[in-house]
Amino acid sequence: MKAENYIKLEFPARSVNESFARAAAAAFAAQLDPNMTELGDIKTAVSEAVTNAVVHAYPEQIGMVQLRMRILPNRELEIVVKDRGVGIPDVERARTPLYTTGGEERSGMGFTIMEGFMDRLRVRSIPGKGTTVTMRRKLSGRG
Amino acid sequence: MQTFSFYSDGRLTVRLCGELDHAAASGAMYAVTEAAREYLPRTCVLDLSGLTFMDSSGIAVVLRAKRLLDRTGARLTVQGAPEQAKRVLELAGLGAMLEQQPERKEVGSI
Repeated sequence: MKAENYIKLEFPARSVNESFARAAAAAFAAQLDPNMTELGDIKTAVSEAVTNAVVHAYPEQIGMVQLRMRILPNRELEIVVKDRGVGIPDVERARTPLYTTGGEERSGMGFTIMEGFMDRLRVRSIPGKGTTVTMRRKLSGRG
Repeated sequence: MQTFSFYSDGRLTVRLCGELDHAAASGAMYAVTEAAREYLPRTCVLDLSGLTFMDSSGIAVVLRAKRLLDRTGARLTVQGAPEQAKRVLELAGLGAMLEQQPERKEVGSI
């Protein structure tokens, strides 16, 4: 599918970059003139996906996280968050609400929120190779 | 993220300001835990009106505060959640904890 516009960002998997990633996502999505709810949903979903990569992907080192966004026809936004970390051994289990292997500051609701705030969510993970989270959301805009 | 605590007559209010995400969650949890241990309130209010963003880390903060206060028999409510944070809490099934806000009265202009 041909994109009308796109971005590709790469940054180290550091916690401080979570806020950068959602701010960048919001700035890119702004050209579709989303309403406040849509903008909040996009920021939240990106925050969840990037935080998952920061917390889980690279237990032994600081690897890289890639954020790609595309504007597709009919005001559809595609967001891809990709890492080349350890991968998720059981994606289905990881998507279960309240399931977490993170610390006490994690609720295990990250995938549930991505799923609830986006129209489509796809998680592909290969142990030892990394994880790619792809989300799509059609925007209605302020009108 | 900044946190402020107020205590009066058995009611502890902890106000969280800024962005509540993974980076800020531990600090927020620490602030709630310390204030609850110090004041041993009957009611604890998490005031989220100063938040500019909250992701699922906020759910962890609320659930941990609830577990802590349940142990001491105190009640936890959440108030002032901006729309974005409210959507996150409601999706997590925590909507019942949100305290209803009194309707704002419009002040007429002269």
